[in-house]
Amino acid sequence: MSAPGTDGPLLAVRDLDVHYGRAHVLQSVSFEMGREPVSLIGRNGMGKSTLCNAIMQIRPPTAKGSITFEGQELVGKPSYKVAALGIGYVPQGRRLFESLTVDEHLRMASPRGREKRRWDPAAVYELFPRLAQRKDTGGTQLSGGEQQMLAIGRALLGNPKLLIMDEPSEGLAPAIIEMLIDTFRRLADEGLAILVVEQNLSVATSLAERQLVMVAGRISTETTAEALTGDPEAQRRWLGVERA
Amino acid sequence: MTDFATFASSRTARLVGRGLLVVLIAFPVIWVLFIANGTSFGSAVSDPKDFLITLLNGLTAAALYFVVASGFTLIFGLMRVVNMAHGAFFLFGGYIALKVQRGQVGEGGSFGLSSSQVGLFQWVLPLIAGAAAVAGLGLLMQQLFIRWNQGQELRQALITIAVSIIMADQMLAHFGGVAQDIAWPGTFDKFVNLHVAGVQYTLTRLVIAGIGLAIGLGLWLWLKKTRTGMVIRAGVDDRAMVSAMGINIQLTFAIAFLVGSALAGVGGVIGGSFASLAPGVDANWLLNSLVVVIIGGMGSLGGAAIGALLLGLTTNFAAAYLPADYTFYSIIFTFVLLAIVLAVRPLGLYGRPA
Repeated sequence: MSAPGTDGPLLAVRDLDVHYGRAHVLQSVSFEMGREPVSLIGRNGMGKSTLCNAIMQIRPPTAKGSITFEGQELVGKPSYKVAALGIGYVPQGRRLFESLTVDEHLRMASPRGREKRRWDPAAVYELFPRLAQRKDTGGTQLSGGEQQMLAIGRALLGNPKLLIMDEPSEGLAPAIIEMLIDTFRRLADEGLAILVVEQNLSVATSLAERQLVMVAGRISTETTAEALTGDPEAQRRWLGVERA
Repeated sequence: MTDFATFASSRTARLVGRGLLVVLIAFPVIWVLFIANGTSFGSAVSDPKDFLITLLNGLTAAALYFVVASGFTLIFGLMRVVNMAHGAFFLFGGYIALKVQRGQVGEGGSFGLSSSQVGLFQWVLPLIAGAAAVAGLGLLMQQLFIRWNQGQELRQALITIAVSIIMADQMLAHFGGVAQDIAWPGTFDKFVNLHVAGVQYTLTRLVIAGIGLAIGLGLWLWLKKTRTGMVIRAGVDDRAMVSAMGINIQLTFAIAFLVGSALAGVGGVIGGSFASLAPGVDANWLLNSLVVVIIGGMGSLGGAAIGALLLGLTTNFAAAYLPADYTFYSIIFTFVLLAIVLAVRPLGLYGRPA
C-alpha cells in the first residue's frame, strides 16, 4: 500500500479559518500529525469542537484553508466521504440515536461487504463486553460510560485510520475514565492514530505525549505531557484547573 | 391576563381541564352507544347493525388516510420537508391509473367503466403504474428543487406549494374538470356477509383496509428490521451524525422521498376507485394528511396510524350520529378533534420536539 501521501503527515491542517456568521471562530489554525496520539487541550469556547467539526466537514460553516488526510483535501467534501477515507468521529455529548438500540447502532455502522475487517459488531462487543449485555437497550438509555463505549464502538466500525474524540471523559466517573484510557492505549498500540480533545488534564496527558494548546481560536502552543504535568502555572493558564 | 395565566397553571385549572377532557371523550361514546336521540339510526344498543357498519366505514376510511399520511410523515420525519405537493401527487397517481385502466379496457360508457368490465389485473397494473409515476415525479422534484435547499424549511415548503399549483393546473388541462373514477375490478365489487348482526359489507372497503394494514406492516418491518430503516430512524434523530459515520444520507433521502411519494400515488389510486378524481381532491387530501400527522405527531409512523384512526372514526361517527337536523355540521368535529389533541399534546400524540 503506497497510497499518495503515505510518507507525509496523516492529517495536516493549514491556515484554517472558520467563521460562524461574523464570529471568527478558528483563526489560521495549522498543525500536522502522524500516527502518534495527539491531545488538543484548551478551555471551553476556544474552538476545539469547531475544529473537529471542520475536519469532519459537519455542516461546514464558511471554512477557508486546507485540511488534508493522507494527502487528500477534505474541505468541501461531504462528511460521509470524509468518514469513508478513514476518519472515525466520537462527538462531544456522544450524539447517539434515540430511536436505535445498542445492537442497531452497531449493525447500522458495521462494514458492508464480505471482506473481513478489523472491526465488526462482534469485535466491538469483545472490546466492550458491557455493551454485549445491553444489546436491546436504547442507545440513549445507557449509563454515561456505556454511552461513551457505544459512541466509540460506532466510530470504530468504520475501520478508521484516525479516531477523533471530542471530550470522551466528559461527565464520566473516574473508574470509567481509567478503563477508557486503558482502551485508548490498546487501540493506539494497534496502530490507530488518535486525536483527542480534552479538558481533563490527566486524560490528555496519559493518552498522548504531544499536547496542542488551543486559545481563542488559535493553536497557541505545543508542549509535551511531561512538561505540562510539571507546570501548574501552564495548567492554570491553558485549562483553568489546578491539579489536586 | 396575568390573572388568567396564574389560574391556567394552577392545580384547580388542571383538574378542570382533565374533567373537561373526560367529558369530551365520554359524552360522544355514551351518546353513540346509548342515546343518539333524533339520529337516523338510533343508539348502538338499539341498532347494532348500523353501528357496526359505521365502525367499519370509519376503520376503512382510516386505512386510506393512513396510506396517504404515512408517506407524508416519512418525508417530513427524515428531511423536515413539509411536502405541500403531497395532495397533488395523490391526484396525479389517480389520473395516471385512470388513463392506464382506460388504455387497457377502453373508455366505457358515459359514466366510465363499470366493474364488470374490469379484471383484477386491470386494477392492479394501474395501481402499480400510478404509484411508480408518482414515485418518479417525487424523486425528480426532490433532486431538482428540494435537495439544494436543505435546511431551509420555509423555502422548501414554498417550492412544493409552487409544484402543487402548477400540477393542479396541468391536471385540469389534461384530465378535465369533470369527476371521473377508476373502476374496481369485478372481483372486489360485491357484498360479503360478515355473519355479525346480519351485516352485508362491501368487499372493496375491506380490500382498502387490507391494503392499509399491509402497507403499515410493510413500513414497520422496513423501518425496524432493515439497514436502510435503521439509517432512516437514525437520520430522524441526527442527520449530521449519520453522515459523519460514512453513510451517504442523500441516498437515504432519495429513497425516503421515492417511497413517500409512491404512497401518495397508491393512495390516489385507491381514493380514485373508492371516491373520484376531480380538481380540488388534491387540496382535500393534503388537508387530510396534515390533520392526521398533526394529531399523531409529525414524523411518527405510529402517530400516523393513530391519527388516521381518530380522523376516520370521528368523521364517520359524526356524520352518522348527529341528530338528523345537524348532520350538516359533522365536518366541525374534525376540528374539535384537532383542538382537543393539540390542547393536551401540542406536538401531537407521538410528537417530539425537533
